[in-house]
Amino acid sequence: MGRLRVAIVGAGIVGCAIARELSRYENLDVVVIEREPDVGWGATKANTGIVHPGHEEDPDQHPLRARLCVEGNRLWREWARELDIPIKFPGELMLFFSEEERKRAQRFVELAKRNGVPEVRIVDGEELRVLEPAASPRAIGAVWAPTAGVVNPIQAAIAMIENAVDNGARLLVETEVKRVRVESGKVVGVETSRGFIEADIVINAAGINADEISASAGIDTFRIWPRKGQYVVFDRLAQPKPTRVLHTVPTPITKGVYAVTTTEGNLMIGPTAEDLPPDRKRDTSTTREGVEYVLREGSKLLERIPPRRLVIKTFAGLRPEPTTRDFVVEAYQKPWGLINAAGTRSPGLTAAPAIAKLVAKLIAEELGVELVEKRGWRRFRRGIERVRDAPWPKLVELVKRDPMYGWIICRDEMVSAAEVIEAVKRIQRIGARVTLDGVRFRTWLGMGRCQGSFCRVATAMLLSKVLGVKPFEITLRGKGSEYAVGDVKALWRERLGERRT
Amino acid sequence: MVSAAPERIDVDVLVIGGGPAGLAAAARCAKLGLSTMIVEVGDRLGGIPLQCVHPGFGIHYFGEDLTGTEFIERLIDRVEELGVPYLTRAYVTELIYLDVDRKLARVLAPGRAIEIEAKAIIYAAGARERHVYEINIVGDRPSGIYTAGEAQAMMDLYGLMPGRKVLIVGSGDVGLIMARRFALEGAEVVGVVEIMPWPGGLTRNVVQCLQDFGIPLLLSHAVIAVKGRERVEAAIVAEVDKNLKPVPGTEREIPCDTIVIAAGLVPNTELLERLGVAMDPATAGPRVNELLETSVPGVFAAGNALAINDLVDNVAEQGELAAEGARIFIENSGIPTARWIPVARGKGIRLVVPQLVSGERRVKLLARVSKPFRRACVEIRELGIRTCRPRLMPAEMVSIEISPGSIPRDVEKLTLEVVEHG
Ligand SMILES: Cc1cc2nc3c(=O)[nH]c(=O)nc-3n(C[C@H](O)[C@H](O)[C@H](O)COP(=O)(O)OP(=O)(O)OC[C@H]3O[C@@H](n4cnc5c(N)ncnc54)[C@H](O)[C@@H]3O)c2cc1C
Ligand SMILES: Cc1cc2nc3c(=O)[nH]c(=O)nc-3n(C[C@H](O)[C@H](O)[C@H](O)COP(=O)(O)OP(=O)(O)OC[C@H]3O[C@@H](n4cnc5c(N)ncnc54)[C@H](O)[C@@H]3O)c2cc1C
Repeated sequence: MGRLRVAIVGAGIVGCAIARELSRYENLDVVVIEREPDVGWGATKANTGIVHPGHEEDPDQHPLRARLCVEGNRLWREWARELDIPIKFPGELMLFFSEEERKRAQRFVELAKRNGVPEVRIVDGEELRVLEPAASPRAIGAVWAPTAGVVNPIQAAIAMIENAVDNGARLLVETEVKRVRVESGKVVGVETSRGFIEADIVINAAGINADEISASAGIDTFRIWPRKGQYVVFDRLAQPKPTRVLHTVPTPITKGVYAVTTTEGNLMIGPTAEDLPPDRKRDTSTTREGVEYVLREGSKLLERIPPRRLVIKTFAGLRPEPTTRDFVVEAYQKPWGLINAAGTRSPGLTAAPAIAKLVAKLIAEELGVELVEKRGWRRFRRGIERVRDAPWPKLVELVKRDPMYGWIICRDEMVSAAEVIEAVKRIQRIGARVTLDGVRFRTWLGMGRCQGSFCRVATAMLLSKVLGVKPFEITLRGKGSEYAVGDVKALWRERLGERRT
Repeated sequence: MVSAAPERIDVDVLVIGGGPAGLAAAARCAKLGLSTMIVEVGDRLGGIPLQCVHPGFGIHYFGEDLTGTEFIERLIDRVEELGVPYLTRAYVTELIYLDVDRKLARVLAPGRAIEIEAKAIIYAAGARERHVYEINIVGDRPSGIYTAGEAQAMMDLYGLMPGRKVLIVGSGDVGLIMARRFALEGAEVVGVVEIMPWPGGLTRNVVQCLQDFGIPLLLSHAVIAVKGRERVEAAIVAEVDKNLKPVPGTEREIPCDTIVIAAGLVPNTELLERLGVAMDPATAGPRVNELLETSVPGVFAAGNALAINDLVDNVAEQGELAAEGARIFIENSGIPTARWIPVARGKGIRLVVPQLVSGERRVKLLARVSKPFRRACVEIRELGIRTCRPRLMPAEMVSIEISPGSIPRDVEKLTLEVVEHG
């Protein structure tokens, strides 16, 4: 067999990780197909960002989740270093407040042993407070899992796709896959909103829609429903900011709530867990009840919680919950060429690099494709150099190198024009559409206490100049979300004309 | 590799922010013979008034009713005539306290990294606006949601029309003026929603900006959620009860494509906070003494960075006072004062600046009441000094003056409170 055409449906963290992994191989021609204008806008941009240790996964109930979570946690260390992804590994404390909860928490120590998660143990109240002074004084102890990490999930997806494209993969955005086409028991491609795309292998990484994509290829073994999770994010200067990931003990009904300090340095609390009907796969709205719930639960974890007025953002994401409960990562003989990377509920972010490795293995072993390593495969990718994180001598050097580093556009997050321009270049290089959100996720512009009220218009003007389009054609996140409706005076003259006629 | 060295500038006074407060401060510093420099992050000097094409500026300060742009041109001219150097698109990334009369500011500007050492700093970085997430609006997060300042900048600095069917959140003067601004540009303003039972802005503005244009004002109502995927499609509005909580069952949808948040300003204090300056929760700005010096010696604050002012005239005055403070500070390596007497907020007072007075200098206290009062006075209990008005409104600051030597030796604190007589 010559080169195989591989179509990956969905550019979330799972699709991007798979693209990166498959870009290693000479004989695979990889295209990632995404319906949104850019990568990572599904569950990948709206989650807790925790690289889970794997001590909460029951291998009897969902063995794949347990295995891929633990393996993923290991792989993230390597991938994050190679791809320059914002990440840290502060460890997690699952706090308990009663003897009854301690008993339930004990179970996770046992699961850790079974799953091979290192160093998980119970700590008493005294050690807890040494590990995390910001933890609630009412907690009588905790399960300590030192391998837990926190990653910037959307920047991780961006890093992976940049690296994949650098190694020859292609990205098609604003292209919705309608169905997988199967002929004589074999996958032949996908029908999309932009026409038919031929492929020998179709990898379904469509997140919340993965059930529909799979069913269209004849594999109708699972359904996915949305489970909403809402969050609040506090101002970067709001205290306390726990060093460790803090978690309440999950009950059979709730997964518990987390308080984390994000990689960008903000206290974030959430999520809720709200099951929605299957027809609300795009409902990422927040609710008052949701916000109040996470604030209430979060206040149990911390010695005190910052005041409501320091909340700078509320948002929600949808977990793709499969009826199988376990991840569905499988290759099929019928139709040959379909691979599902589906059911990617939590800890799907953690598992993503491991899912990618498993997919490569399925291609080799189940589909019998001998994978040939590319010579000159580029393992490394660098992130955008940031003003905010640079010490002064470094800033002096950056400004000398590129004068635009001295022009700060976003005051809160200290984002310079140089970073914005670099983000635009990178969006164009991967073949995505330039949007305000895309720039925001890459530079963190407008993510601080003013939420863009100062910098959004300046950014739109800069983008319009760089792209050579009208400022009101710049969108927040693609068609229909234009930043403005037109030129003030032109519109005014238009109306005047209407009145005259 | 040769490591690049930063540029270096030494001045008596560094003014951070080139809006009305900073410009007034810099001009006065220059007149007092202090070497001064202004650092402004925007594209040009001027601050908020640059984007205010309506009148209402400078009635007290210049004795004339000017538009924001006219007002600020005069201040900019003054600074230019005095030859005060300034940097634009220049951003202070960090303030470092070296010792009493040495502070270091690290500044980035296009192609430049500069260390500015100053004896005193006047911090006049203005305010930021409260945005949709801070005022408990939930729901979708589509395009079409702007703060008032952003919408104003779009229209009046860049010629961009934000939307066609507009709902305004907040009836302070900013919200009222923006309602009229949109109406003048031919947009349909479907209403102004105000959570309090009274309008937040001046009566004059309610008449001129809403009634004259037939724009409905919904008092005791709140926008609780936004609907829309790509673009705003509607706002969900509900009545609120006495505790400002939405009343269940009163929710209704108001179709619109644009929601403008005019829910108040918050002093821009991040640099001060990082410097460790003591803050006043009531103003959300720094605690200052009568010369507007913060808790960090030689660091002064003025204008909206100090406390939200309703009139630019007070802002400019504060700038000048801070300049005076800087002069005294530099001459004496500190503010010579026998003691600082705290000013406490009593009944009916939401905020007051300055928070510390000496009794040795003339002081004008500026205060805001917590709710409207009819026929009432603001009084300093310990001194029996009062300012009376037929109506006291939270939107309008009240001033009350203390003359030098009028605080008896045994008075350890002053209490400002509202006294009703009626
Ligand atoms: C509230 C919440 C908290 C979570 N917390 C964690 C955590 O702390 N740690 C952890 O490990 N995991 C966590 N998860 C899970 C994690 O976010 C997901 O497992 C992961 O993001 C799934 O990635 P994905 O690529 O499969 O899905 P997505 O990111 O949703 O990507 C799917 C992509 O496919 C695209 N797509 C869909 N249909 C089509 C189509 N027909 N054609 C073209 N493109 C299509 C979508 O636009 C999307 O970009 C959490 C999830 C949520 C919602
Ligand atoms: C819509 C609207 C209508 C108004 N109408 C009236 C009116 O009719 N009459 C009236 O008297 N007043 C009015 N005002 C109020 C008036 O504009 C303000 O009181 C005044 O602008 C405050 O001045 P300032 O110098 O404190 O702040 P600003 O005008 O906000 O200036 C602060 C400056 O500091 C700069 N800056 C911020 N951070 C930094 C940093 N880190 N480094 C360097 N520079 C920085 C900013 O870019 C800005 O230029 C109105 C305000 C608005 C928003």
